[in-house]
Amino acid sequence: MHPATSVILFTTLSGVGFGFLAWLGVDPSPPTGLGAFWAFTLAFGLAVGGLIASTFHLGHPERAWRAFSQWRSSWLSREAICAVAALLVMAVYAAALIFAGRHLPLAGWIGAALSLLTVFTTSMIYGQLKTIPRWNTPLTSALFLSYALTGGALLSGRITAAVMLLVITALLQFTWWRRGDSALAESGSTLGTATRLSDRGTVRSVAHPHSSPNYLMREFIHVIGRKHAQKLRIIALLLTAALPILILVFIPAPTVALALAALIHLAGVATARWLFFAEAEHTVGLYYGLR
Amino acid sequence: MTQLPQSTERKLGLVIDLDTCVGCHACVIACKGWNTENYGAPLSDQRPYGDEPMGTFLNRVHSYEVQPEGGAAQTVHFPKSCLHCEDAPCVTVCPTGASYKRVEDGIVLVNESHCIGCGLCAWACPYGAREMDQAEGVMKKCTLCVDRIYNDTLPEEDRVPACVRTCPAGARHFGDFADPESNVSRLSAERGGMDLMPELGTAPVNKYLPPRPKDSWDEDSVLAPFLEPVVSDAGGFLGWLDKQLSRLPGDTHREER
Repeated sequence: MHPATSVILFTTLSGVGFGFLAWLGVDPSPPTGLGAFWAFTLAFGLAVGGLIASTFHLGHPERAWRAFSQWRSSWLSREAICAVAALLVMAVYAAALIFAGRHLPLAGWIGAALSLLTVFTTSMIYGQLKTIPRWNTPLTSALFLSYALTGGALLSGRITAAVMLLVITALLQFTWWRRGDSALAESGSTLGTATRLSDRGTVRSVAHPHSSPNYLMREFIHVIGRKHAQKLRIIALLLTAALPILILVFIPAPTVALALAALIHLAGVATARWLFFAEAEHTVGLYYGLR
Repeated sequence: MTQLPQSTERKLGLVIDLDTCVGCHACVIACKGWNTENYGAPLSDQRPYGDEPMGTFLNRVHSYEVQPEGGAAQTVHFPKSCLHCEDAPCVTVCPTGASYKRVEDGIVLVNESHCIGCGLCAWACPYGAREMDQAEGVMKKCTLCVDRIYNDTLPEEDRVPACVRTCPAGARHFGDFADPESNVSRLSAERGGMDLMPELGTAPVNKYLPPRPKDSWDEDSVLAPFLEPVVSDAGGFLGWLDKQLSRLPGDTHREER
């Protein structure tokens, strides 16, 4: 799959933004006043910034409001609704903390649930696609939620939770990669099933429909991503988990450690997200004899 | 509404005969020609005269080689367009309701004035039947020439999809699969019409007819007995000519088996 910058930015930033909002919502003693202002500015900035980035890849962003209509069948539509609902509820919660110094735990818990639901709906957009076997697993949802909770824990200053979640996320990511590497083969889809010619011999693509690449090839076939996949996976694991854990354990100043760990973690998430797209094989590639 | 209908009154679709298709790409051109100036936005081209020309096509023809074990390889030309699936995954993922499957005839269409160009339907389609128009920013797909098949202003023989109308080999057939007596239902039943990637559960309406098995060198020819020489020992002038010519070197006549 083509790793579009807008979608990588969206899933990375919104993921950690909603994760941060979820932690703020369930916090029994959340910040108030100016402290709350900065915390919620960061959380809303990440969540909304990511959502805005996601509209950059649309052909007609001015019609984006229509995306709220098809929640009965479309995970993308459900995501749009959940995101707006989460932001609205958390806005009330945040305003009460910032301007009135009041803690509304019920609003916080509802907002936190909606925030995590938003991350889940995002993951389902990818996880439901049978055409991309690497993504088509409940592990994708677990991975996205885990990343969101981990990033949120780092930003909300929960060192113990963050270290534990960093370990869990790293293990999940590793498992997800391991499963993904055999997912296409195990899906059973081949050029043979795509053409239904396999019972008469070995099928090979000898001529593409046109002499130069088309939209389908640009969108679904991304060969460069896999060339350095193993190196990028190690870099991603170092950045998302290993370095942040070392920083949190060994740097004594918690604020500095958290800020540094969060920044490095985010860079790692972006790397992993790039791989998420670049490594993914779509069944359309089979028709072109490519992956 | 992007929920799929429980069932459709008719199931309009195509039968594509892989045995007959000669890979001439006439269907590709006819499709582009008709659909660029009729239903919806034109099918744009990018750099049509430059390096790496690219454009939106609703129908593309692949070519494959099938290598049987120990036999001669066979070339199969493979036209591919929207299969108008009964369980179309492209429709249900659409967040805006722009993608829909018609209850009356089962055609899968895009309402281009509602499409936001998110591209998710193209991701959900296993077959690569949907293409984002790079100029218009909306999703384009085969309409089964919905503006031809019901068009009373066209002569009756033209009220079929442009690809079917133009195919010089007669490899494309259009009809209603809900009617078991229709031309397409009968063809599909007789020749073992196949679904592409059935493992994905999309239930395509369009069917592909497999190439017929090729004869082999080892089989006895049906016509051979009729080609036996009627007179084995010619006399007269022809007999003399045969003898004289046989004396000359360079005879390439093969020994009969």
